[in-house]
Amino acid sequence: MEYLPNIIFAIALVVGIGFFTKNVKKLVRNIKLGKEVEVGDNKPQRWKNMAKIALGQTKMVVRPIAGLMHILVYVGFVIINIEVLEIILDGILGTHRLFAPLGGIYDFLIGSFEILALLVIIAVVVFWIRRNGIKLARFVKPEMKGWPKKDGNMILYIEFVLMLLFLTMNAADFRLQQLGAEHYAEAGAFPVSQVIVPLFDGLSTSTLILIERIAWWLHILGILAFLNYLYYSKHLHILLAFPNTYYGKIKPQGEFDNLEAVTNEVKLMMDPSADPFAAAADDAPEPEKFGASDVMDLNWVQLLNAYTCTECGRCTSECPANQTGKKLSPRKIMMDTRDRLEEVGKNIDANKGEFIPDGKQLLDDYISREELWACTTCNACVQACPVSIDPLSIIVEMRRFLVMEQSAAPSELNNMMGNLENNGAPWPFNQMDRLNWAQES
Amino acid sequence: MANEINVPTMAALFAEGKQPEILFWVGCAGSFDDRAKKITKAFVKILNKAGVSFAVLGTEESCTGDPAKRAGNEFLFQMQAMTNIEVLNGYEVKKVVTACPHCFNTMKNEYPGLGGNYEVVHHTQFLKGLIEDGKITLEGGIYKGKRITYHDPCYLGRANNVYEAPRELIKKLDAELVEMKNCRKRGLCCGAGGAQMFKEPEKGDKDVNIERTEQALDTQPEIIAAACPFCNTMMTDGVKNKEKEASIAVLDIAELVANAQDL
Repeated sequence: MEYLPNIIFAIALVVGIGFFTKNVKKLVRNIKLGKEVEVGDNKPQRWKNMAKIALGQTKMVVRPIAGLMHILVYVGFVIINIEVLEIILDGILGTHRLFAPLGGIYDFLIGSFEILALLVIIAVVVFWIRRNGIKLARFVKPEMKGWPKKDGNMILYIEFVLMLLFLTMNAADFRLQQLGAEHYAEAGAFPVSQVIVPLFDGLSTSTLILIERIAWWLHILGILAFLNYLYYSKHLHILLAFPNTYYGKIKPQGEFDNLEAVTNEVKLMMDPSADPFAAAADDAPEPEKFGASDVMDLNWVQLLNAYTCTECGRCTSECPANQTGKKLSPRKIMMDTRDRLEEVGKNIDANKGEFIPDGKQLLDDYISREELWACTTCNACVQACPVSIDPLSIIVEMRRFLVMEQSAAPSELNNMMGNLENNGAPWPFNQMDRLNWAQES
Repeated sequence: MANEINVPTMAALFAEGKQPEILFWVGCAGSFDDRAKKITKAFVKILNKAGVSFAVLGTEESCTGDPAKRAGNEFLFQMQAMTNIEVLNGYEVKKVVTACPHCFNTMKNEYPGLGGNYEVVHHTQFLKGLIEDGKITLEGGIYKGKRITYHDPCYLGRANNVYEAPRELIKKLDAELVEMKNCRKRGLCCGAGGAQMFKEPEKGDKDVNIERTEQALDTQPEIIAAACPFCNTMMTDGVKNKEKEASIAVLDIAELVANAQDL
């Protein structure tokens, strides 16, 4: 029975990490449903982007208040994980404060964790007020109703509670150290939790141990639960921001890819020796589908983008179409892509690894044509994203499907394209008149 | 004095066995739109004054395909692009200057993958170069002390990171450059990009160009400077909508430079 806590801990750890691994595998499988795309170029630039944008948070601070608060939570999260390492080792080995022999360094570490925990609590409270008190416009847009709103708050509650448990655990520990309780050797510095200690005045050693143990267990079980919450949440960005900034667009923002399948066809059309009446060879592959009507038509980086999106809405608040009351919201494009991808993933799970068409698709069932046609391709959303997501590329890919597969452009655009085809200009002017301006006074 | 402009074509020079240093890509708006034609002429006057060796394609020029590509018609875009590239490569063009950020972006970024490799510069970059080389001078002039706000075209700014060349030109006019609430990387679109120029906007509370014009008017400008024929149209419409056209002019950087030299 002596080892029961160790065994329970080990089981919790294995189950927690095992379930998380299962979901990560699902995540990777879903992302791989996307098409191949060339991202092997310019690795130094890509590493630099990841270091600057994900690790360095450079795009977060474009909005200083949210940016600085976010850095607090982020730094707190990363550094307090050193403490989690100790907690895990203690749990497995049945030790208490395994790193305590580090002495002064240990005191410094625990002291820093406490201060960070307090800062995280402050930031989380500010974030909560921004979402629920001030109701910043970008947090109350139509796509934020229901689960996305709950998800945003849930993350804040979990972080708040975890930090509180951490401080409670330390406070009880500190009190036990003061009382000279067995196993609670003096170790660590408690600049924050010592404020809580007076609340424990008059409690017996056994009650304090109970409090310390409960806080310790809830804290680590909470962390394991939070880890498993990620897959279902916008909070996945804490992991995916890194690969996403690495694979993010490194070409000029204005450069849209040239569809290779189209290039081949256009070259054939312009080749004077090509036989226009030639029948396709029997073994010719199916003509490639142009553009995207569903998630499988997008490339895998676009799908990674969708899972990385943390629904902060900076894209939407910078979008000229959204600012002027149009239906388009770049954030919704990303959320819809993820939702549809999840739906496709579940379909595959339910059908033994194969996708059975469900009569639905990303276009129309999730993203309407009205949204797609409202985009000015201005790149404000791409510029605004703090983790290098490119909503514009999805919009353009879906326009390509509408125009090239369905001939479903708005009629004015069909007029424009007709002019372009016939006169080489988007207006009905004759190409032979193109130099007339030089003669006009 | 300066109504005479000299616009050589590539075909004419080629027939004489000559090769100009740069090709001036006029673009559809610059060729056909009445407002944009003035920008084209202003730019040509500067080129003439500075003695730049240039030519245009004239009737051999055709749309770069930008609006088709942004609308999703990759076929039409590539047809246009490859036709243009054949012409440009036929004339062995090395350097292209254009007053349209959409042509600029497309030719600079999207033509190389289709076999069209040129040094492509926007006219604001080119004008800045002319000043640096001492080919034109700007100090003093009629814009001295005027309040000018500059609207960043999306396809020049965010799309290609050209923010400073137009601003430096405005400062060279001894004008007072005032920035809008949204500028540079966070500049607000005029509403014309992505082929929106050619269609009615989707349903909303407001047109994008009105929103942008309001931002411009907030700076109390005497002049709104643009560097794109489409932005120019959108901002001009916005200013008219606000009934401010009598007091606020919307002018291209090339026009500012040409006017400052009394061309």
